[in-house]
Amino acid sequence: MQMQESRGKQIWLALGTLALAWIVYRSATIGAGSAYVQNLDGEVVSATPTEAMLGVAEFSQLNTLGLWVAAFFTLAAFSFMYRDNPIYKFAESIIVGVSAAYWMVIGFWSTIVPNLLGKLDPAWIQTWAMPGLVPVREDFWWTYIVPLVLGVMLLWRLSPRGGWIGRWPLALVIGSFAGMRLVAFLHADFMSQISNSIQPLIERDEGEGTIDWPESVRNTLGILSMLACLVYFFFSVPHRGAVGKISQVGIWVLMITFGAAFGYTVMGRIALLAIRLEFLFDDWLWLIDPLGRRAGIS
Amino acid sequence: MYDTLQNLDRRWIFLLMGLAVAVPILFQLEFPETPTSLAQATFDEIESLRPGDRVLMAWDYDPASEGELGPMATSFARHCCEKRLRLYFIALWPVGQQMIDNTIEKVIRPDFPEMVYGEDYVNLGFKKGEEGVIKVIVTDLPNLYPTDARGTGLNQIPMCRDLESIQQMKLIVNVSAGYPGTKEWVQYATTPYPNTRIVAGCTGVQAPLFYPYIPEQLPGMLGAIKGAAEYEALVNAKYSPAGAVPAKYLEAKRRMGPQLVAHLLMIGLIITGNVLYFVGRRRAG
Repeated sequence: MQMQESRGKQIWLALGTLALAWIVYRSATIGAGSAYVQNLDGEVVSATPTEAMLGVAEFSQLNTLGLWVAAFFTLAAFSFMYRDNPIYKFAESIIVGVSAAYWMVIGFWSTIVPNLLGKLDPAWIQTWAMPGLVPVREDFWWTYIVPLVLGVMLLWRLSPRGGWIGRWPLALVIGSFAGMRLVAFLHADFMSQISNSIQPLIERDEGEGTIDWPESVRNTLGILSMLACLVYFFFSVPHRGAVGKISQVGIWVLMITFGAAFGYTVMGRIALLAIRLEFLFDDWLWLIDPLGRRAGIS
Repeated sequence: MYDTLQNLDRRWIFLLMGLAVAVPILFQLEFPETPTSLAQATFDEIESLRPGDRVLMAWDYDPASEGELGPMATSFARHCCEKRLRLYFIALWPVGQQMIDNTIEKVIRPDFPEMVYGEDYVNLGFKKGEEGVIKVIVTDLPNLYPTDARGTGLNQIPMCRDLESIQQMKLIVNVSAGYPGTKEWVQYATTPYPNTRIVAGCTGVQAPLFYPYIPEQLPGMLGAIKGAAEYEALVNAKYSPAGAVPAKYLEAKRRMGPQLVAHLLMIGLIITGNVLYFVGRRRAG
């Protein structure tokens, strides 16, 4: 068993070395894995290798590094499919850390600065953060002191003492959020859905006055399926006899719905895999060129 | 054979799936697309607008779902630009801001250079607050967006000077990867204010959840890459009738190649799994 494992490691090492050698060869001979930029109206934007060949773009060390880092993390994530390993753990930790930091910075600059500090003291914010801000306070600017105080109370949770202070703003957040969502769900998902379900069983073609069979069958099936599902979830009556048969139909409708949802999910996941492979084959290894970005090069 | 398949290491399935997706990409297999009624309805909603109408382009996705939603965003932007609509970009996802920049770089700048920032399109950027943002901007947009993404005051941007709320938009075009996304736009913007219409492009995971909203609350929807490919075909047929379509407007169609092969493999695996199950049951019995 141990010998088999050691042999497996040797095979993977040999395959990895070969792949690496091939990648280095492609990079050295045709420039695979290189990224280019150009200056457009004072703004540095990504450019294609063809544009670099024509002399309107230049090699970018930073973008090239980014490209290789992205390729490394893609392969690191894929490596989990073989088995859990330190490289995958490393990639996972980096993504979690970067995401948390990114959220924090974005939250500060997109919410706290414009929507809190910008309301409390717009003139000060205009001088160092948002030149486009009108430096005049609104009529009821002082109301923003309330979210400021609540925010400070929320951060009190980090303090070794008085952690309970953080519960008050949290209660407000949960209560207001629940209230807001309740109304939205009642309106958009409950009332509107009942209204949307009231459909004519027989639909007539407006122009000719004849029965529109496809639409009629669709409406009838929709309503019957909905009623069957409702019967399945109606537990006050034993599911025997006619009720039992209708609830069986309800189960079938639910299964078809779950199957369709699964099909959609599969499609989504395959699309995600496809874009990562496309990135590796196109941007990194230059094996394909679907967008014609390397016309005349490889 | 039975025992081998019964005890097959799942990594062989991963390898098969990897090949089923990789080979069509390497050989760039493509198949024709026939638009369905949902894609047509989405197309018609935008097509019915008049030049100069205001459209809110809500890009609620990030790089993780770019492969699925990027082609939709590209086609939506192209369609709206061809119609000469006024575009207001907005994002409820932190990295949505970069997705907006991508769309502008990919579609507006190279193919519609006559469109002027601040007059024909504006990037209002990302705002934290999920559905809370929608709830506010549906009645008072400048309150949450005192400036655009570049820090320019809204009163200095010609197309934003008289902008009070998103109820002034003729249409909301939402590209959604999850929460917050299409569901929240339907719940907080279009259901309470029925004059505000919406069309959406969403991931495959979300699509089944939105069918109950169609067509009253959600007149048009593109589900996953298939919906994107259908809509892309409609836009190309209308605006590139000569047939010379730039490759960037064929991304969804290209990504349908791996879908077909991978789905065939998936169906084969499901059938094989079921056959093995019944054979196993018979042997046990």
